[in-house]
Amino acid sequence: MNATQTRWRWLLWVAVALLLLAAPFLIEATLGRAWVRIADVALLFIMLALGLNIVVGFAGLLDLGYIAFFAVGAYCYALLASPQLAIHWPFLVLLPLGAMVAAVFGILLGAPTLRLRGDYLAIVTLGFGEIIRVLLNNLNRPVNITNGPQGITLIDPLQIGGFSLAQTHSFAGLTFTALHSYYFVFLACAVVSIIISRRLEDSRIGRAWVAIREDELAAASMGINTRNMKLLAFAMGATFGGVAGGLFASFQGFISPESFHLIDSIMVLCMVVLGGMGNVAGVVLGAVLLTALPEALRYIGPLQQRWFGEVFIDPSDLRMLLFGLALVLMMLFRPSGIWPARRRTAENVTERMTEKRHASG
Amino acid sequence: MQAADILLAATGISKHFGGLAALTDVSISVRRGEIFGLIGPNGAGKTTLFNVLTGLYAADAGELAFDGQTITGSKPHRVARQGIARTFQNIRLFGGMTALENVMVGRHVRTRTGVLGAVLRTRGAAAEERAITRRARELLDYCGLAARAGTLARDLPYGDQRRLEIARALATEPKLLALDEPAAGMNATETATLRKLLERILAGGVALLLIEHDMKLVMGLSHRVAVLDYGEKIAEGEPAAVQRDPKVIAAYLGGTVV
Amino acid sequence: MEIFAQQIVNGLVLGSIYALVALGYTMVYGILGLINFAHGDITMIGALVSLTVIQLLAAAGVPAPVILVLAGGSAVLVCAILGLSIERIAYRPLRRAPRLAPLITAIGVSILLQYSAALIWGKQYISLPEIIEPAQFTIFGAQLTSLQAAIFLLACTIMAGLLWFIKASRMGRAMRATEQNPDVAGLMGVNTNTVIAFTFVLGSAIGAIAGLMVVLYYGLGHYFMGFMLGLKAFTAAVLGGIGNVGGAVLGGLLLGIIESLAAGYIGDLTGGVLGSNYRDIFAFLVLVLVLVLRPSGLLGQPGGERA
Repeated sequence: MNATQTRWRWLLWVAVALLLLAAPFLIEATLGRAWVRIADVALLFIMLALGLNIVVGFAGLLDLGYIAFFAVGAYCYALLASPQLAIHWPFLVLLPLGAMVAAVFGILLGAPTLRLRGDYLAIVTLGFGEIIRVLLNNLNRPVNITNGPQGITLIDPLQIGGFSLAQTHSFAGLTFTALHSYYFVFLACAVVSIIISRRLEDSRIGRAWVAIREDELAAASMGINTRNMKLLAFAMGATFGGVAGGLFASFQGFISPESFHLIDSIMVLCMVVLGGMGNVAGVVLGAVLLTALPEALRYIGPLQQRWFGEVFIDPSDLRMLLFGLALVLMMLFRPSGIWPARRRTAENVTERMTEKRHASG
Repeated sequence: MQAADILLAATGISKHFGGLAALTDVSISVRRGEIFGLIGPNGAGKTTLFNVLTGLYAADAGELAFDGQTITGSKPHRVARQGIARTFQNIRLFGGMTALENVMVGRHVRTRTGVLGAVLRTRGAAAEERAITRRARELLDYCGLAARAGTLARDLPYGDQRRLEIARALATEPKLLALDEPAAGMNATETATLRKLLERILAGGVALLLIEHDMKLVMGLSHRVAVLDYGEKIAEGEPAAVQRDPKVIAAYLGGTVV
Repeated sequence: MEIFAQQIVNGLVLGSIYALVALGYTMVYGILGLINFAHGDITMIGALVSLTVIQLLAAAGVPAPVILVLAGGSAVLVCAILGLSIERIAYRPLRRAPRLAPLITAIGVSILLQYSAALIWGKQYISLPEIIEPAQFTIFGAQLTSLQAAIFLLACTIMAGLLWFIKASRMGRAMRATEQNPDVAGLMGVNTNTVIAFTFVLGSAIGAIAGLMVVLYYGLGHYFMGFMLGLKAFTAAVLGGIGNVGGAVLGGLLLGIIESLAAGYIGDLTGGVLGSNYRDIFAFLVLVLVLVLRPSGLLGQPGGERA
């Protein structure tokens, strides 16, 4: 890699960064404020998808109840920062707490099942996701903890020092509504998630996960403690979900068990599979595409109305049909996703070598 | 023989699958610095013994000691940590990883970067990562695979896959390398290269345990061999002596006699 | 004591339906080592198809026995074709793929079936028209309707027939051979593709009958009903020892009884703190307990992984 290329790459990154920072204002100006909200949600889904990618993409463990960790994080935040239990802890305490609680749930669920064949895990996680929802729905008696199906309202917004994200602020001639402020917090979290994912992938731990995915028995014979590494993947994935859940609760101000349905687990799985299992960039792309898709599909309803005089397919059902179809077709024809994982290739290995030689010489 | 010379001692190993006795009271011992051959007709229990030695199967009876420590009932990853590395009869590489990455996985057990180190990319973690890459490239080079570093394991030619398994096993810094039919499916040239590689590994101070059907290779290389038949050890000793053993000849009658 | 007898009877009837669905999971798992996630939804399709047929024919004034036979027949036909196509299109190309691929495909097929059903039948509950008025009778102090008795007897007949079929028929032997080792079975002249396809058809057809039974038992059908039913049936299969046909029968009946007893007594045992709204959790608890304590199930052989 020569100096010009390095400079171009650097310029590219600066351009991307500027674009991301300007995005909420550009989006508001062109597509309208509703799409700023969608951008916020997309960032949350990037975090979720990256978390699930650690479990499914790196370690090859099919988790079908991933949204449960999102729920755990969300309820953890909501319960400790709302009038529900009359507790209002600061978010800088709650975010790590939510991550930890979710990780503990991940380990509790993983410990009994991870030593078994992988497909059992799929079905146990599927059940677990539903159980969490049943519990959230029913833990309103005898003692009202979760407020049942009504959910929890008036959740505290994010507040850093005296700066509340719920209020509208003005800065450098720009108006920051809550949607804008949350965008930047979520963006920061998503970027951190991407960095964590990339660094883990390129580490001894990431390689151990991929080795387990490729051949568990051979991995064990190479000295990898497969059970612990799988638990670690599970806990890491849950952590991402827990953090995203806490952010979601503060962003929405309201949560109910209905936000954490099996369908949502499937949607996150679709993001990972569609984008490219194990590839961080692909998963990010998958999350963005699949968050935008249902919004785009909203226009299908009126279109049907105009063309055929009635609505044949409910857009949200159409979305699910497309998800199902996508999962099948991707596995049949492009199992590595639209943006397949890049492995360390000869080129970039030699590239690094020459870089190093230049550096030392 | 001196007790200190013995690297691996398996005593009275038995293993059943349902009603089928795969191994009955088998004892072998491998000394430091030797190549120990394990031969026998198909289905004699050689691979089963390998799987018991490397912790994939728990033996129903018997004791395993390695390098002065009991490893009876140890899990595979513990066995690898103790210093036994293996290859598989039906090659088990990490197909979706490159050759280089396969060998890097072998370094796992001798390195220690944790989640925090990896995420924060601490100075120590970065140094360790560089050391892993360097060592992996050396081992690829050592096994004659330097040019294949960036190729996905599943795309490698057969002979290269066999050698990559050896490179990956060596990355765990074994004291004993257990090879399950390393020459299977190789042509004469490839076998000759393999033989040179094995001799070099031995010279580097690693003992070898070898299951092999290529009699010329195994008899030529091994210092001692044991013969299994129907799950029992029927002979053990120097290759020349074992070859003359009537029980061995009987077991191989009609088979691949030398 | 009367409650106890009642819950046992209820559990047996419900359990026999679980067992029928569990057979589909266990047969496919036995042969392919694949959890066919879509199987619960195939049962759902069977249920909704038979509901539609019953609605149409009941409106036309066809006598009840004829309606039931036609409803069952059409459900079996639709599900058999569905099972065959799913195997051919979605699973067969992936038979040698990494293990995650067919699992994900199975999820995809499951979602496709659910939302196709939502498209065809809508998302509301569909109720069964009154076509039969079952007689009530008492047995060991428990109330039982003739319908429940018929469901239980039919389920037992099907299960016995299947066990006999697998033991004695030529196809049954081929199935067992393929289960042991597909490659060797192939060498021995068994057409493994045919055997696998047949297994899917058979499992789906039995699932279709189970679907009809659920409709008759609860009087309702819904596009999402296959999910819980599938989860419970899978639990039953694991409880009995997945891959083991006799185990699926045992597991189904046991799970039905456990669930009925738990639902019947949990309120009293916990002083009303936990109600029967936790009913669906029991299946899951059973599943986790079995996986932790005896992953090979009641009738399965504990065995190590092949190296």
